[in-house]
Amino acid sequence: MSARLAKGGRLIDRSKAHRFTFNCKWMRGFEGDTLSAALLANDQMLVGRSFKYHRPRGIVASGPEEPNGLVNLGKGDRLEPNQRTTTTELFDGLTAESQNHWPSLENDIGVVNNYAARFLPAGFYYKTFLQPRAAWKHVFEPIVRHSAGLGKAPKDRDADRYEQAYAFCDVLVIGGGVAGLQAALVAGRSGARVMLLEQTGHWGGRAPVDGVEIDGQPADAWVKTTVQALEAMENVTLRKRCMGAGVYDHGYVLADEKVADHTPGDGRPKHRLWRIRAGRIIAATGAIERPLSFAGNDIPGVMLAAAVRDYVVNFAVSPGDRTVVVTNNDDAYRTAIALHQAGLSVPVILDARLTATGALPEQARKLGIRVETNRAIAMVQGGKRVKRVSICAQAGEGAVLEEIACEAVAMSGGWSPVVHLWSHCGGKLIWDEATACFRPDAARPPLNHDGSAMVIAAGAANGALPAADTLADAHRAGEAASKPAGEAPKATAAEEAPMEAVWLMPQGAPVKLRAKAWLDYQNDVKVSDVQLAAREGYESVEHTKRYTTLGMATDQGKLSNINGLAVLADALNEHIPQVGTTTFRPPYTPVTFGALAGEARGEIFQPLRRTPMHDWHDAHGAYWEPVGLWRRPYCYTQGGESHEKSVHREVLNVRNNVGLLDASTLGKIIVKGPDAGRFLDMLYTGVMSTLPIGKCRYGLMCNENGFLSDDGVVARIDEDTWLCHTTSGGADRIHAHMEDWLQCEWWDWQVWTANVTEQYAQVAVVGPNARKLLEKLGGMDVSKETLPFMQWADGMLGGFRARVYRISFSGELSYEIAIPASEGRAFWEACLAAGAEFGVMPYGTEALHVLRAEKGFIMIGDETDGTVIPQDLGLGWAISKKKADYLGKRGQERSFLADPDRWKLVGLETLDGSVIPDGAIAVAEGKNANGQRNTQGRVTSSYHSPTLGKGIAMGLVLRGPDRMGEVLDFPKIGGGSVKARIVDQVFYDKEGAKQNV
Amino acid sequence: MLILECPYCGVKAEETELSPGYEAHLKRYGPGASDDEFESYMFARKNPKGVHFERWRHVYGCGKWFLAARCTATLEVFGTYPAQTSAPPPDLIEAIKAKRPGWEGYK
Repeated sequence: MSARLAKGGRLIDRSKAHRFTFNCKWMRGFEGDTLSAALLANDQMLVGRSFKYHRPRGIVASGPEEPNGLVNLGKGDRLEPNQRTTTTELFDGLTAESQNHWPSLENDIGVVNNYAARFLPAGFYYKTFLQPRAAWKHVFEPIVRHSAGLGKAPKDRDADRYEQAYAFCDVLVIGGGVAGLQAALVAGRSGARVMLLEQTGHWGGRAPVDGVEIDGQPADAWVKTTVQALEAMENVTLRKRCMGAGVYDHGYVLADEKVADHTPGDGRPKHRLWRIRAGRIIAATGAIERPLSFAGNDIPGVMLAAAVRDYVVNFAVSPGDRTVVVTNNDDAYRTAIALHQAGLSVPVILDARLTATGALPEQARKLGIRVETNRAIAMVQGGKRVKRVSICAQAGEGAVLEEIACEAVAMSGGWSPVVHLWSHCGGKLIWDEATACFRPDAARPPLNHDGSAMVIAAGAANGALPAADTLADAHRAGEAASKPAGEAPKATAAEEAPMEAVWLMPQGAPVKLRAKAWLDYQNDVKVSDVQLAAREGYESVEHTKRYTTLGMATDQGKLSNINGLAVLADALNEHIPQVGTTTFRPPYTPVTFGALAGEARGEIFQPLRRTPMHDWHDAHGAYWEPVGLWRRPYCYTQGGESHEKSVHREVLNVRNNVGLLDASTLGKIIVKGPDAGRFLDMLYTGVMSTLPIGKCRYGLMCNENGFLSDDGVVARIDEDTWLCHTTSGGADRIHAHMEDWLQCEWWDWQVWTANVTEQYAQVAVVGPNARKLLEKLGGMDVSKETLPFMQWADGMLGGFRARVYRISFSGELSYEIAIPASEGRAFWEACLAAGAEFGVMPYGTEALHVLRAEKGFIMIGDETDGTVIPQDLGLGWAISKKKADYLGKRGQERSFLADPDRWKLVGLETLDGSVIPDGAIAVAEGKNANGQRNTQGRVTSSYHSPTLGKGIAMGLVLRGPDRMGEVLDFPKIGGGSVKARIVDQVFYDKEGAKQNV
Repeated sequence: MLILECPYCGVKAEETELSPGYEAHLKRYGPGASDDEFESYMFARKNPKGVHFERWRHVYGCGKWFLAARCTATLEVFGTYPAQTSAPPPDLIEAIKAKRPGWEGYK
């Protein structure tokens, strides 16, 4: 049984007890506990089930490398899946539930997979789901979907808020152990702006637990003085509970500060995401202990040796009365000594090495602890917890020499520096033979903008594992990031004899044992799986990782990486550095989406652009449609009518009376200068330089590929000024397009552009009564004679400074009136008042679409999709034949664009008067190479026309204009088809009589 | 996230202030150009592992286009300069040659 010890615990406050629940069972812990410590204190050894075999899983580690202790934390609108028990600080009222089991943690049905394990080897899914194809869809996928996934996805809207902060510093130190503290101290004393981040709630890291002394005082005391010294420096910022998540280009770092994870609901933001730009980054991220690969190393109660030490020393938690220590190094002896000092029993230390004569083994022997060398664990026995271990010779093949009863096993396979941050931006690693680990190669660091080293690894993260080396190395790193700072403090700890790499225990373990020796606890990858992958030809470590799932999910190479690589290297008969590592990618530990989104959610997810008349629309039944960042009224509903009815009414009112459209979103770009005409001639397919002052001309813009990109009416304002209208969504893009060509290609042309889209409100007054309305407003002569079609005039209209364009996108008598934005709403209301007697009504974007489709006018984005040239749309008339050049001209000359057999624009009229589904495809005879029906066209716009009382559509059809009268077949989704005849795309008022009045 | 100094306004601009414009110093081929010339102008891009000349616009700053020489492998920035030129400044070429002796030039 694991339990709380009566005394000790350097991080807990026994005067403050917290109650919490695990799987609905009430438990008790103390302030300062992690959830792991509190669970173990309540003898909750079993905390989860593994992903594939559903084997019982217990806590292995005490830090972020924990693979098993993953819980659903909180509930309802504060539920978070996959929270590590080892990094979750206990608070009163905490609720946690274990994951990946059904119906319960203790009795799990999925565990049958465990007994079928030999039939579920590496790559099982890939192999099984290849054939037959039907089995995948009907048998495997439903099962996998049901069983896959760790944790529950929250269903409610997150109750918490998250914030983001920006910071800039000269030196960013990540890791608040003694190495990080010393590096920060050196950099801080140099006067540099320093930030120091520590992922846990405590400074000092492992040193206090490991009994290190610094400058003659206990590590705890040195940590306290150093933190005080740092806090006193104005140029130093310290953040606890702040995890350095990722290092990106040019000194950019993301860090996730868990502000209120341990005090939920106290009003503070839950997390604060720091976006830091650092001159130099010191990675003082420490090291992670490696498990040993022996049979049964996944049974609850088998833990990392340093984690056992942490639980005993920091939290006064005993893993069990009797703990067997198994190791290949001296450091694990510290665990045996700590257990002994806590009054617990260590029946034996099994050391895989042939000799163990260092200071720590000697100390253990002096305390009366039995030390056995050349020994290994043949097998751990137990189900949901450890019962005993069978011991064998490490040199042998697993013949059992002795069995020892115990409740826990503390294992240590050596230490791996945390090289994640070093590697994120391309820092390279070298293999250190002596300590059997990859460490940063100082000669090949990730680089800054100026080619200098961006990251400096310090302390254990740099492979300087013994405490004395750690501190000296961190001192040097601090100096490298700032300036020389004299003597480093001296750390002293027991001398350690060399470790010896052990990748399999015993070294000759037969397959029966190898198939129970876990490399990755979470994803159920065993020594035998990696060996199988190698036999099946997976030589690349990246492929093996994906094939076996080694180090995937939350592990990300923290715990399983090196052991897996070593097994793979051995199977391939290669050296470990030749096999290499998988790629380390951010984040170091998961960052919740809430922190990444920050405040950008709900209404302020993105900016909302409002026209000057926005509030009027909102107050008058507007049903909003997003258009880029704008909101435009789709239609205005009256009474209880449907949107369809509204559109119907609005269309007919425009055709019969007069309608008002808020056209303010229309792009308006002023192009001015001596070379403006020449520039516009290059930009548009038509000629704009010859446009007389006071007149308007429709223009098309193509990209260099020849494809139609935007359209709109251009007005010549004066000798060297043009005003270009763009589509609503295209204003910014087209303005940028103009600037690109002006700045980068024709930089010697004298042209200036200004995007004045938001400076003007624009109102379209459309319908047979439009002129009457404007005359009622008064002030300008808008007669046919003075202001004919495709001309514009400036003047005072109803007391407003107005520019009136006589242009039409509906086929009706139509004026578009631009007024200063500040007067837009007043003008809109003046139009409504003046038009009341003429039956005026506002209309929305859907009516606009129907009106233009009835007239066969194209819409960018409907009739175009980036692969359509103007010639496809019958717009050849808008392309100048005389101009030597324009953007897109050379592109359009390519053979496949000049081919007459292209899909071209036509009208489509259903035989039964129904509306063809938008996007429907016209089928042709025969089938293509994939057995699909051949196609010969598609619908680009399709509406019910209230004016004509039937469905109308436009589409692109193979040689369409040459095939008038032919009937095409458009299959519908869900069966059946619609037949439609190819017709002219102008359905209404072909002669244009209505607009020329 | 890159930092590039805008040669117009002198701001050390973060990548979020900039918009990329791909390869710099392309020669435009219009009407009259052969298919091969047009193809290479439209589609053939260098994509080197190493020194690359590229276009950037300080879009959320002064709005100006500028050019940058950058190592695509290490992200080292050798320099930035205004876009109104058809060739990189000679001193920049020299500086890159000094740092990358094997470099074959920008063309």
